[in-house]
Amino acid sequence: MIIELGHFALILAFCLTLPQAFFGLVGAHLRRPHWMAVTNRAVAGQFVLTACAFGSLAYAFNQNDFSVLYVAQNSNSALPTFYRFAAVWGAHEGSLVLWMLVLSIWTLAVAAFSGSMPQAMTARVLGVLGLISAGFGLFILLTSSPFERLWPAAADGRDLNPLLQDPALAIHPPMLYTGYVGFSVPFAFAVAAMLEGKLDSAWARWVRPWTTVAWMFLTVGIALGSWWAYYELGWGGWWFWDSVENASFMPWLLGTALIHSLAATEKRGLFKSWTLLLSIAAFSLSLLGTFLVRSGIIESVHAFASDPGRGIFILVFLGVCVGGALLLYAWRAPLFRSNAGFAPVSRESFLLMNNVLLVVATTFILLATLYPVFLDVLGLRKISVGPKFFTATFLIPMLPLALLLGIGMHAAWKKATFEKTRAKLTAIFVGALAVGVVLPWVVYGWHSVLTTVGIVTALWIIASSLLEPIERLRKGHSLSAGVIGMCIAHFGFALFVLGATTVESYKHEMDISLRPGQSTQIAGYEIKMTGLRNVQGPNYDAVESEMVITRDGKAVATLHPQKRTYRVQTSAMTEAGIDAGWTRDLFVAMGEDLGDGAWSLRVQYKPLVRFIWLAALVIAFGGLIAICDRRYRQRITTDATEAVASDAKTA
Amino acid sequence: MWRFLLPTVLFAALVTFFAFGLHRDKETLPSPLIGKPAPIFTLPHVEDPSQTVSNAAFAGKPYVVNIWGSWCVGCRQEHQTLLEIARRNEVPIIGVNWKDDRAAALEWLQTLGNPYAQNAFDGEGRVAIDWGAYGAPETFLVDAHGTVIYKHIAPLTLDIWDREFLPLIGLNARSGAAQ
Amino acid sequence: MIRKMFLTVLAALLCAQSAFGIDSAPAFADPAMQARYDSLIRELRCVQCRSQSIADSNVFLAADLRRQVREQMAAGKTDAEIMQYMTDRYGDYILYTPPVTARTLLLWAGPVLLLLIGAVAVGIVIVRKSRLPYIDPDDPDSKRADAPSEASAS
Repeated sequence: MIIELGHFALILAFCLTLPQAFFGLVGAHLRRPHWMAVTNRAVAGQFVLTACAFGSLAYAFNQNDFSVLYVAQNSNSALPTFYRFAAVWGAHEGSLVLWMLVLSIWTLAVAAFSGSMPQAMTARVLGVLGLISAGFGLFILLTSSPFERLWPAAADGRDLNPLLQDPALAIHPPMLYTGYVGFSVPFAFAVAAMLEGKLDSAWARWVRPWTTVAWMFLTVGIALGSWWAYYELGWGGWWFWDSVENASFMPWLLGTALIHSLAATEKRGLFKSWTLLLSIAAFSLSLLGTFLVRSGIIESVHAFASDPGRGIFILVFLGVCVGGALLLYAWRAPLFRSNAGFAPVSRESFLLMNNVLLVVATTFILLATLYPVFLDVLGLRKISVGPKFFTATFLIPMLPLALLLGIGMHAAWKKATFEKTRAKLTAIFVGALAVGVVLPWVVYGWHSVLTTVGIVTALWIIASSLLEPIERLRKGHSLSAGVIGMCIAHFGFALFVLGATTVESYKHEMDISLRPGQSTQIAGYEIKMTGLRNVQGPNYDAVESEMVITRDGKAVATLHPQKRTYRVQTSAMTEAGIDAGWTRDLFVAMGEDLGDGAWSLRVQYKPLVRFIWLAALVIAFGGLIAICDRRYRQRITTDATEAVASDAKTA
Repeated sequence: MWRFLLPTVLFAALVTFFAFGLHRDKETLPSPLIGKPAPIFTLPHVEDPSQTVSNAAFAGKPYVVNIWGSWCVGCRQEHQTLLEIARRNEVPIIGVNWKDDRAAALEWLQTLGNPYAQNAFDGEGRVAIDWGAYGAPETFLVDAHGTVIYKHIAPLTLDIWDREFLPLIGLNARSGAAQ
Repeated sequence: MIRKMFLTVLAALLCAQSAFGIDSAPAFADPAMQARYDSLIRELRCVQCRSQSIADSNVFLAADLRRQVREQMAAGKTDAEIMQYMTDRYGDYILYTPPVTARTLLLWAGPVLLLLIGAVAVGIVIVRKSRLPYIDPDDPDSKRADAPSEASAS
């Protein structure tokens, strides 16, 4: 009964998206305040109803209601409660309801925090978001409903995919969706601005916090996925350039470009076309990612159950949304041309290069991901593109970007002479060069030129991003949250470069077979297998080995890697034993039972690998600080003219 | 003015490409063996390990090579089709038993029937690799000149046999045959 | 349709059984050979499992292909010969790095072309913008055009 109510709630929610869209867009066009007010009510109602639909699914999972087909396919009575809740978004249908819920929460947030915006703009934004919600609601109701019944009810469910029975991966989709879906907000703002025919600094200032928050969540979501893959998939890899990973990374790259482009639009009214196109593109790539993962067009270890029928729906939706926005752009873009200029060396030119390099990087990834499909559709031979190709092409634009970042941070608007900072920047570059060449050599040994370039670049950015805050604090000047946030985020980026370069250059990996009592050596550590035993988990049986790690005779850690067999799906999974540390991870994973008490193991030494995920947290934190800047908290006046006047003063 | 339409045009091209891509068969790998001479193998018999089987003995006439295993679910599905093809006696089927347990394979043949003219035991999997096999069942058609002319992946059905294999062999689908 | 479903199920069943593939001991005593072996097996895709290299997959085809690589290396074949052996049987798909042919020209040339286009675009925009006045009536900054410019918050 609850499920049927939930289904009904979703239908009503879909129905509410229609007036939300209509009254928002038409009301703004006709300048009717009463119509526009309807939009806000529709938004609130839609949120409540979508939450009810989601809640009904959660309830069905919690109650182990196996008469619901989706529950029977994704849960089991032995599944721990936390994972029963996470199973709601464990497969295609439920994850779409999560998508709709997240979208309704974003829409509600925009409605709630739009006090400083004119009503017409708010109404348009909510209207566009309503159209997007309508599309997804229709998609769920017509092709992917999780509310189907199974009759007769199954005695027990098929259990959640064991790979998903993990805390990090349970949280990963909500984080990721908050990011992905959040890019619909700048998209809606872009469409609203184009409809209104007006795009100014005030607009940029409204959009920036929304974009940054979405981007923050996407950063954390991607990092969670990477971290999970590292400890769960047993290979110790943290990025595989898998199609689905790329599908989430490409919007992130464009989101980063968007945040930076908004800076120029806000400050000097420049790059309006860039900002509009990036807003459209970031959300398009989010939708494209959805399409790639759920339509079956691309093979991937992550892909949901694929269905060309669903693929067509998403493709049409993508075509309408993005095609519509781009046509709007073609019509309105001439209006937004700016006559302002800037010097060849200026903050603006650095931001321009930043935009171009990020877009180029995104295009490379898109090209390499889609090329095999392209050849296949044309009937030419099948090829595949592996991780090395991706990494190599990705580094081509990213290395220059990283190097230019160190300088660009200190460039002034309109014309940058670097007269105050030139000496210091040169000094820290030389310092970074010296330390970057010598230190890794001393600690780990020589690897390659690329390694040195990576580490020097990382140190260069670290020092450069700390330069301005330190200078200002020394002189007793104040620091705005925007500047602090920027420095923290760039610092985080440098940490990432440092961690990624170090771990990929200096990692050790070894396949070995051991039986209890035997030991092996890696990177100066001795690893000894001291025992093997059988354990039973709530829904799995496992063989657990005890591995004692010592260095120079001193105890370092004891690990308990397991090889699990989940009872319901009878699939085998390895749980790696990891000794985590800031300077290195030691990683042991069990492979196969070779008989006679011997097991094959993969042992790895991973220096500075934790920096990669720490970096993501630091970057997200930087974003958080940046949006706390005072200029985004200009308070709420309902009079549109007053708002515009105060905007002009504080710009 | 027209340059503002460029993003729209590029996007339209992308969407069209996707529309075509939706219906592609991403599972099947085209075989590089098509049009090339069939690899000649000599393997022990499944039934009698002291005897050998070689496809060289079948040269001069078309024959079919079927890669199978008792562990393979799809092989069970296509077994009826193979038995029918064997009954029609148009083309001999050489079986290559891939990475299987001999006892299990023999039991399988005894319980379900043996459509194979000869059955080779590929315990190490070398021959399967030579034929570019990546899953079972896979069925190859070799013509009278010893050239591989067709490969079918996944369980064989009589429909596919009549439509794809027979025309290449130069025979017509027998009308009235039980489907 | 059935065929696709079947193959997906088969692949999923087989892949689900693998944690990841590892040899039970280093393949070669000589570290240089071992390094070459490690890098070769990471260049070949597991055709059964598709999303892993034969280094990481434990399905029997991956193990057999690893054995082939070991035997060929021991027999003195070059990397190119080993790769040729694999593509003769499985096509270009088995290679992680696509070959440079007429078909893949766009893929290999793409990055270079895009960079060139990007560089040209940046050049054109900068040249054009540097000729325009740094002041603009629409620009809220224009009132402070005379103020000393310092690196300010973005």
